[in-house]
Amino acid sequence: MVESALSNIYIYIYIYIYIYIYIYKIWVSSVGRRRVFSNPPPTHEMTENSVVHRGKVLTLGTMNPSVKRVEYAVRGPIVQRAVQLEQELKQGIQKPFTEVIKANIGDCHAMGQQPITFFRQVLALCCYPDLLEDNRFPEDTKTRARRILQACGGGSLGSYSASQGIEIVRQDVARYIEKRDGGIPCNPDNIYLTTGASDGITTMLKLLVSGEGSSRTGVMISIPQYPLYSAALAELSAVQISYYLDEENCWSLAVGELQHALEAARQYCRPRVLCIINPGNPTGQVQSRQCIEDVIKFAAEQNLFLMADEVYQDNVYADGCRFHSFKKVLFEMGSKYSDQVELVSFHSTSKCYMGECGFRAGYMEVVNMDPEVKVQLTKLVSVRLCPPVPGQVLLDLVVNPPLPEEPSYRTFFEERSATLAMLAEKARMTQQILNEVPGITCNPVQGAMYTFPRIQLPPKAIAQEKGQAPDMFYCMKLLEETGICLVPGSGFGQRDGTYHFRMTILPPTDKLKIVLAKIKEFHQSFTEQYS
Amino acid sequence: MSICVLRAQMLPCKTVLSWTRGTGNRCDIARLRKCGVCYVPNLSPVSFPSRTLSNLATAHSGLARREMAENEALSRRQKVLTIDTMNANIKKVEYAVRGPIVQRAVQIEKELKEGVKKPFNEVIKANIGDAHAMGQRPVTFFRQVLALCSYPELLDDDKFPEDTKYRAQRILKACGGSSIGAYTASQGIECVRQDVSRYIERRDGGVPCDPDNIYLTTGASDGIVTMLKLLTAGEGRTRTGVMIPIPQYPLYSAAIAELGAVQLNYYLDEDKCWGLDISELQRSLQAASKHCNPRVLCIINPGNPTGQVQSRERIEDVIRFAAKERLFLMADEVYQDNVYAEGCKFYSFKKVLYEMGPEYFNTVELASFHSTSKCYMGECGMRGGYMEVINMDSEVKAQLTKLVSVRLCPPVPGQALMALVTNSPQPGEPSHAQFLKERTATLGDLAQKAKLTEEILNTVPGIRCNPVQGAMYSFPQITLPERAIREAKEKGQAPDMFYCMKLLEETGICLVPGSGFGQKEGTYHFRMTILPPADKLKILLSKVKEFHQRFTKCYS
Repeated sequence: MVESALSNIYIYIYIYIYIYIYIYKIWVSSVGRRRVFSNPPPTHEMTENSVVHRGKVLTLGTMNPSVKRVEYAVRGPIVQRAVQLEQELKQGIQKPFTEVIKANIGDCHAMGQQPITFFRQVLALCCYPDLLEDNRFPEDTKTRARRILQACGGGSLGSYSASQGIEIVRQDVARYIEKRDGGIPCNPDNIYLTTGASDGITTMLKLLVSGEGSSRTGVMISIPQYPLYSAALAELSAVQISYYLDEENCWSLAVGELQHALEAARQYCRPRVLCIINPGNPTGQVQSRQCIEDVIKFAAEQNLFLMADEVYQDNVYADGCRFHSFKKVLFEMGSKYSDQVELVSFHSTSKCYMGECGFRAGYMEVVNMDPEVKVQLTKLVSVRLCPPVPGQVLLDLVVNPPLPEEPSYRTFFEERSATLAMLAEKARMTQQILNEVPGITCNPVQGAMYTFPRIQLPPKAIAQEKGQAPDMFYCMKLLEETGICLVPGSGFGQRDGTYHFRMTILPPTDKLKIVLAKIKEFHQSFTEQYS
Repeated sequence: MSICVLRAQMLPCKTVLSWTRGTGNRCDIARLRKCGVCYVPNLSPVSFPSRTLSNLATAHSGLARREMAENEALSRRQKVLTIDTMNANIKKVEYAVRGPIVQRAVQIEKELKEGVKKPFNEVIKANIGDAHAMGQRPVTFFRQVLALCSYPELLDDDKFPEDTKYRAQRILKACGGSSIGAYTASQGIECVRQDVSRYIERRDGGVPCDPDNIYLTTGASDGIVTMLKLLTAGEGRTRTGVMIPIPQYPLYSAAIAELGAVQLNYYLDEDKCWGLDISELQRSLQAASKHCNPRVLCIINPGNPTGQVQSRERIEDVIRFAAKERLFLMADEVYQDNVYAEGCKFYSFKKVLYEMGPEYFNTVELASFHSTSKCYMGECGMRGGYMEVINMDSEVKAQLTKLVSVRLCPPVPGQALMALVTNSPQPGEPSHAQFLKERTATLGDLAQKAKLTEEILNTVPGIRCNPVQGAMYSFPQITLPERAIREAKEKGQAPDMFYCMKLLEETGICLVPGSGFGQKEGTYHFRMTILPPADKLKILLSKVKEFHQRFTKCYS
C-alpha cells in the first residue's frame, strides 16, 4: 500500500520533471530560433523546421548584405513622406498647404516642361505606322520614322534590337559626338546605348570592380555626389573614395584634393576609377577646360580609369562658362594622352532641353577600352537583351535633330531655345533669391538643374535630431509645413558640420518664385524657433 | 623570394614622378632621364593595380631601351581595365541566345549585303523568341494607345476609337505633367499596378492580389535579376544556392554567375516530355547542401527552351517541396498564354498555392514574373514586365523598393503597354472585336506552328522532338555521328555548336546549340523558335531536315 503510494509519487515527480524539461526545451528552442533568424542561418537547422512554424527564407538577416547598404536619398524617406502627404491631401485632410511641390528630382515634364513636338511626332509614327498616311505629320518626321522602322526587325519597335543598340542609332550618335567635339573621330563600335545613363554607369562600375580586401577596387567620387554612385558602389561592395569639391570656389575641383584622397585610399584599397560629374550634380558647377586637362593628366599619371558623367552637357547657363567634353580635351592634349587614357562618357535623354526621363534612354562612349574587355562588355549587356527601343528612337532624334532646311526645324528650334532660356533665367533667379536669405548661401548655378545652397542651422536644431541628420530634420519640417519636397545635403555627402539641401530649378517661373519665397519664410521662422 | 620580386615591380618614371609628388618629394624627371633610369622599384606598401607578372616582362624589355623618353613610358602604360583586372564574375557569364553563333549570323548578313555569294540569300534568325522580327503584327489597340500617349494631340483625331483615347487619357493622367516623359514611382505607376493586380485576380479565379505586391520591371529579365540579387548572401559553404532546371533559359545561369551565387542543376526528364520529377529535385538539393546554402528554386512554366506545360498536380508537388525544404520559389511564367497542346492548361503557381490552403499560402515565399515580350503580344522591344511577390518579409520589401528606386523607374512606354495587356478591350468597347480577332489569330497560328514543327522534325531520322506543349520553342535531341563529335572536340567546340555553326554557314539558319542551355551529358540538342511565318517555317524545317541528313552522311 505504502509502496504503491510511493511509486505513485515517484511517477508524479517524474511527470513534473518531464514537463519542466519539455517547457525548458521549448523556451531554449524559441530563443535559439530568434538567434538563428537574426543571423544568416546554417542550412540544416532551417530545413528541419516544421512547415507551420517556419521563418521566412528571405529576411533582413539573410538577404544580400550589400543591398542593405545601398542608399538613394533622391527617392528616400522624404519623398515617401511627400507621396503620403499627397494622398492625405486627396483624402481631404487639412494641411497648411494645398499642393506638394516635388523639387527633389530633375523631372522636367512633371514640372510642366512641354515635350519637343518633333520627338513625339516621330515616336507616335513609329508606334503606329498607319499614321504615316496622315498628312498632319510633317514630311521630315515621316522620313525619320521610316528610317528607324527599317532598322528594326520586322519594321516594328516591338522587336529586340542588337544588345549594343540599333546600328544606325549608334552611327547617328557617333556623328553627333564628332560634330560636338569639332571633328574628333568617333567610332560607332565604341557606342553602347543604355537604359538611361544610370544603367551605363552601373554597368561600367560592375566591369571595373574586382579584388578582395586591400586589393578591392576603389572608386573616387566627388562629395557632394549624385547618390547613384554611392548606391552602385555599395551594391558592388566596391570601396568609395571621397574627394571634396571646394564650396568656397564655386564647387570647383582641385587636383591637390584628388591626390590627397588617392593617397589616403591606397592604404586600404586599390584605386582604379575616377568619376567626374560635369556639369555638376547636385552642385551645378561647370568645369573649366584647364581643370579637365588637369584631371586627365592626373588620371594618366595615377593609372585611373575615367568616368565622365556628362548628362547635363546642354545645361550651361553662366556667362563665361562652356561645356567641354572630356573626350575633346583628351584628344586635344595629344596622342600621349589620347592613345592611352581609358575614358567612358555618359549621356542621356532625360536632361538638357529634352527632359524625357520616362523613356530611360542614354548612351555611353568607351575610349581606349581593351578589346578583350569590350567583348566582355558586349556579352554582359547581351544578357539584358536590349535597351528599350522607344528610348533608342528618342536618342536617335536627339542626336539627329531637324536640319535648318527641314519643315520641323523652326518649331524644334523655338522649343529648344525657349526651354534652355527659361532654365537659364530660373538658375539666375534661384541663386539671387536664396542669397537674400540670411543663413542661406548659394553658389551660382552655372549649369545642370539644381541649386545646392548651404544652410546655417541653429545649434538647438542640430541638437534636436533624434537619429536624424540635421538637414533631414530641416527638410522634413519644411515638407510638413509648406509642402515643398527637397533632398537634404546629407544624402549627397558634405563636409562635416555643414548642411545643405538640393532643389531643382525646374518649376515654372511663377511657381518657383512662390517656392523660393516659402523657403525664405520657413528658414527665418525655423531659425527663430531654434535660436 | 617571389614576394620580393612582386613587391619590386618596375614602374615607368612618369608614375614615379606622380608617386613622389604625392609624398611631397618633387622629383626632376629630366634628371631621372639623364641617369637613364627609366624604371625604379615600387617600394610603396600597396602595389599598383594593373601590374602583374606579365607586366614585369614588359618592364624588363623596357630596360633594354634605356633612352626611352617620358612620353613613351606613359604611352606604354598598361591599361587599367584588362581581362585580368576586370570583375572575375563577369568573365564567367555566358549567354548563348546572343552568343558567338548569333554574332556570326550578323556577320553573314553583312556579307550578304555586300554581295558576297552564299548558298542562301537570307539569314533566318530562329535563335530568339523575337515575334515581331519574325513578321508577327503588333496588336492594333496597343499601338494606337501608345501613339496617343506619345503625341497627345492625336486625341482629337477621329481615326482613333473612343476606348483607345480613354485608355490613353487614363495613363497620361497618372503621369507627372501628363507626359510619359516624366519619371514614375520606382515600383511603377500606381494605376498600372492596380490593373495588373485585377488581371491576376481574374486569371486566378478571384484569389486576391494586392497592388503593393506588384513591381513593374524592365522586361521579366530585370525582375529575375533583381530578385536573385536580393537573395544572394553568405560566403563559402553558406553562399546562396539557386536551383534551376537543365535545360534552362541562360539568363538564370548568367545572373547566378554575375552574382557569384551557386548554380544547382536539376534535370528535366526528356523521356517524359521534359517533366519535372520531385525525386530529382531532392537529389539535386541533397548533393548541394554539402557545399552551399540552397535557398531558391526557379521554375520556368511553360518551359523555355523545352516547351513543356506543368500539370496542376506537379505544381502542388513543387510547392510542397519548397515548403518542406524552405526554398524561396521563383516562377517564370512569361509564356502563360502560350499553351497549345490539348489537355494542357496553364496554372499559375500563385493560384495553386492559394488552393493548397493557409498552411501553404501563409508561408511559402513566391515571386512570379510576367512580361509584354511573349504570349500574343510579342512586344520585346518595349521591355515591359512585372513581378508579384507573395509572403515577402515586410522589411525585405522595403529593401526591394529602395533597391529599385536607384534605377529611378522602368521605361514608361513599357509600363503603358503593361497596362493595356492587363486591361485589354472589353466586350462592348469599340476595339474589342478587332483585338480579339488579332489575338486569336496569333495564338491560333502559334499552335499550328508548334504542331507542324514537332511533326516535321520527328520525320527526320536522328532527330527526336517532344511535343511543343507551350512557349515558343522546340528543343529536339539530335544524334551526332562519332566522327563529328571527335572533330568538334578537336576544334575545342561543343559538338552541337559545331553542328549549328555548319548549319548556319550552309543554310543561313541560325539556331542555338543545346550546350548553351545545358543538357544531360552525351546528348545534343538545339533550340529553334516556332515563330517564322508558316510557309517560311516549312522551308526552314525542310532545310534543317536536309542538312541533318547530309551532315550525318558526311560524318558517318
